Parts: sequence; C-alpha cells; structure tokens
Amino acid sequence: MAEHVIPRKVYFSVFVALLVLTGVTVWIANINLKALNAIVALTIAVVKGTLVVLYFMHVRYSSRLTWVFVAAGFFWLGIMVALTLSDYITRGWIPFFPQ
Amino acid sequence: MADTHVAGHSAVAHQFASMEQQREAGTLGMWAFLITEIMFFGGLFLAYIIYRARDPEAFAAASGELNWKLGGINTVVLICSSLTMVLAVYYVQTGASRRTQIAFLAATIALGGTFLVVKGFEYHEKFVVGHIPIPGFFKWTGHGDPQHVQIFYWMYFAMTGVHALHMIIGIGVMSVLIYMCYRGRFSPEYYAPVEISGLYWHFVDIVWIFLFPLLYLVGAHEGH
Repeated sequence: MAEHVIPRKVYFSVFVALLVLTGVTVWIANINLKALNAIVALTIAVVKGTLVVLYFMHVRYSSRLTWVFVAAGFFWLGIMVALTLSDYITRGWIPFFPQ
Repeated sequence: MADTHVAGHSAVAHQFASMEQQREAGTLGMWAFLITEIMFFGGLFLAYIIYRARDPEAFAAASGELNWKLGGINTVVLICSSLTMVLAVYYVQTGASRRTQIAFLAATIALGGTFLVVKGFEYHEKFVVGHIPIPGFFKWTGHGDPQHVQIFYWMYFAMTGVHALHMIIGIGVMSVLIYMCYRGRFSPEYYAPVEISGLYWHFVDIVWIFLFPLLYLVGAHEGH
C-alpha cells in the first residue's frame, strides 16, 4: 500500500515559493521591459502552476499513467494554442487573396 | 485488506482488486475531468491572447484600471487556501483528529469566501465607474480604442466570473467534505474524496495564478 504521505515541510516550502514568486511577478510587472514583460509574467505563472501540479496535486509522487494523463492535457492545450496562433500570426504573410 | 471497514463501508469497492488500483482510478478520473477544464479555460486564454495581440495598448490601458492590489491580495488568499487544502489532505492521510481535519477544510472555505468577497468589491467598483461592457452602460475616458477596451473587460468578466463560479462550486464541495468528515467517513486507508476534491481546488488556484498577471499586471508598467 504505502501511499506516499508527503512531509509537511514540502508543502510549506512550496507555499513560500509561491508567495515569493507572486511578489516577484508584481515587482517585475512594474518595470518596463516592453515585450519581455508578458514573457516574464507567463514564465513565472508557468513555474507557479508547475509547482502546484507537482507538489500540491501530488503528481510528482503519482504513477506513470497519471503523468501521461496530465502531460496529455497540457500537450493538447499546446496544440490548440500553437495551431490557432500560427493561423492568426501568419495571416497576411502570403498575398493569397490580394486586396 | 479488502475487509477493512470504515463506518460500515468497505474501503475498497468490490470492482477494484486493491486499494492502490482504486486510488489510481479515482485520480485518473479526476484528471480526465480536469483536462476538460484545462480545455475550457484554455479557450478563454486563447481568445485573450488573440485580442490582446490585436491591440496591446488598449489592453494595457484597460488593465491599468483594475485594482492590482486587490488582485494580489486575492492571489495570496488563494495560495493560502491551497496550503490549508493540502494540509487537510495530509491530516486525513495521517489520521489526525476529526476536529483538526474539519478545521483545515473550514479554513479552506473561509479563504475561498474571502476571495469571493474581495472579488465582489472589485465588481462593485467596476459597476460604479461604468466599466461593465454592456452597450449604453460602458463609459471609457482613458487611453485606447474604447471598443477594444470593452473586449478586455468582456474577457475580464467572463474569465473571473467563470473562475468565481468554480470557487463557489469548490466551497460547496468542501462543505460536503466537512459533513462526511463529521460523520467519520474518512480514515488513513480511505480518503479519496478529500484527495480528489483537493485536485479540483488546486486546479482552480492554478487558473487564478494565470489570470492574475494576464488581467491585472499587463498594464502595470505603463504607470498610472
């Protein structure tokens, strides 16, 4: 059986990391980095989300099959975003329908 | 193993060979549901990205009118609620007293409620200044194309509104857990409802982790 009971210390560390990263994202948002602002903000959000998924949602300690489920979910989200954006971004690159 | 009884219920349902298999089935089922949720919120995030790419200035100006301090407080509140949630799971797993278990579930509800109250104040503020994107009601005197600003506010209300609905459902789920806990339905052997509801609660937290920078912080460096 031996279901993994994760020590509380891990939860508190993740909690502190999430609070620190929230502070960092607010701090950086107030500095003008032009286009980099959005990238930095999203990167921090991805790191925070990953911490929650791995530790609070116990995926790090779960079976391989759970990993596959979780990865598939985010992979399909990636497909949706990538394909849609590749359409929107490239519109007008090729004068297919001259105006 | 299979004849472990918890309050008259066998901990392992008859269709499962072992507790381990039962746990995994529960976790996978919950993740299958959460994947549909990822797609649901993902669609909204995608719409946000596309509209923002069309007019970043209007989005930054509109975002600058949101109260990022309240948004930040709510982010901290939700992170705290995730901690109390995960500790509730921990105390059920380790067989702490029912009082401790209920205390942490109740704390999660209280923090979720705090989040919704703060959100309510924000919505009220938007209503007072006329930033509700309804034709004839919407007023905008700031920078940016008012039509694109309205799209931002439409995204804001759609995303935070749906997120708040998830919080309300989460609070309902927590209330059921407290009742089950009170009736002594959980043990270190059987705690799947707490674990699985926890997954849902953390997922809703993750959605907010993305909403906060996208909605509240994109205009912060413009200075206002």
